Amino acid sequence: MKCQKCDKTATFHITELAGGKPKELHLCEEHARDYLAENETTEEAAEPAETLGQQLAVGQTVEQLAKLDKQACPVCGITFFDFRSKGRLGCSHDYVCFEKELEPLLVNIHGETAHTGKRPKRSPTDTDRLTDLIRLRKDLKTAVQAEDYERASQVRDEIRRLEGDKK
Amino acid sequence: MAAVDLEELVRSTGEWLRGSGPESDVVMSSRIRLARNLADYPFISRASPADRTEIEKTLREGIRKLGEAFHVSYLDVSKLEGLDRQFLVERQLISREHADSEGARGVAIDDNEQVSLMINEEDHLRIQVLKSGFDLAAAWEKINAIDDQIESFATYAFHERLGYLTACPTNVGTGMRVSVMLHLPALVITRQIDKLFRSLQKISLAVRGLYGEGSQAMGDFYQISNQITLGRSEEELVKQVSEVVPSIIDYERKAREYLVRESKQNLHDRVSRAYGILRTAQTISSEETMHLLSSVRMGVNLGLIPELQIPTLNQLFIHTQPAHLQKLSGSELDTADRNIERARYLRAHLNTEDGAADKN
Repeated sequence: MKCQKCDKTATFHITELAGGKPKELHLCEEHARDYLAENETTEEAAEPAETLGQQLAVGQTVEQLAKLDKQACPVCGITFFDFRSKGRLGCSHDYVCFEKELEPLLVNIHGETAHTGKRPKRSPTDTDRLTDLIRLRKDLKTAVQAEDYERASQVRDEIRRLEGDKK
Repeated sequence: MAAVDLEELVRSTGEWLRGSGPESDVVMSSRIRLARNLADYPFISRASPADRTEIEKTLREGIRKLGEAFHVSYLDVSKLEGLDRQFLVERQLISREHADSEGARGVAIDDNEQVSLMINEEDHLRIQVLKSGFDLAAAWEKINAIDDQIESFATYAFHERLGYLTACPTNVGTGMRVSVMLHLPALVITRQIDKLFRSLQKISLAVRGLYGEGSQAMGDFYQISNQITLGRSEEELVKQVSEVVPSIIDYERKAREYLVRESKQNLHDRVSRAYGILRTAQTISSEETMHLLSSVRMGVNLGLIPELQIPTLNQLFIHTQPAHLQKLSGSELDTADRNIERARYLRAHLNTEDGAADKN
């Protein structure tokens, strides 16, 4: 087979996948090199985690964003701003309390919003009730620090009850 | 659960550099990891030191109770010296993030270095299974079974619609990353590599260097992995990566054949010069070593250096890494001394192969 650009033998067979339909190219070494150099882009594909914040900001006014940023998770206390700046969530309840806000982001990353794979055998449904334990352990710490032992003992009983449910 | 004997680990090669398994001339290793979190603790970024200690204890004890059948040993990463942590990173048993972070954390490793369970990394638990060569099906079967066993004592954070919940939304759903480590020197030489990467990005596959996110493609090693974790089943994700790898192997082999056919002399020259430098250099950096070993590895696969074996080369790739080199020499060395020690190590190991050259 001859090169599509000169009379030399085509030694590079390139399949372009751009635009949905594969395009076949047959080129000699020299022309293949030129072709590949032309198509070379220097921009690095950014890691999703680092661009999370920017993706979220799209389509929102400054006021909307400012209001959204102040929203905090009642369990771990993380604000939406914390998440936007670090790209990491604070606890599993964030997926519940920021559900609407996270949705466009999930679509952007995964193209889907529903899990279709494996489910835990032990607790195949929502484990969100267990996030109460996160909040209670925090309450217990606060109560002990404030030397409110009555409150602390109530919270401890509540924790034990929930931990019992878990098993 | 026994403690890991690091000194013993140093002298072995590790699963992913064993150089066996299907298609091992191009595919170094197959890896799958699952990200999991305990339902009743905050994610790492919001976990108090006490939470971290509890998470570590719950998972460590649970893993220990899985018993002898599990064959893992445990390392308390928070108590390790920097050099030992770096050593585990080079070995791909922990991530750089795990090595560099603070607070209670650890890793359980099995005897043949195929399984690693990182506790308190970005997520509470990161399960990883590594196999030599192209063997994703076996890796999935193994990791799925381990995940089930962990679940016998741990309640994972799970959402009815979103699946397994992870600290970063890029991992939510399956929490699964399927990756294959490829050695693609001929695609680099023939400058087809960027082309290939762009095609892979279009089908949502990520390309990374040897040590994951943000690392350079040292020694022409590249990791191909899935970007999407939500909305596809684990089997579909394994299938997606499994289906694309054979064509990449094919491209690489064709590029090698092309080089042999069209410019055998140049290729042989490149390989021989690389081999020559490695056998005679008096001081050499890690980057240059990787670069030259890559050419030599391709040369061996093409039968240009009959006296060298792939396992020997794979061992050199890992043993000349900074932490491995220092562990092997038994002392901490600065960059300049490492480069001298590295050259000495290479001369000693490459010149005994054919017994011809002297040992200096």
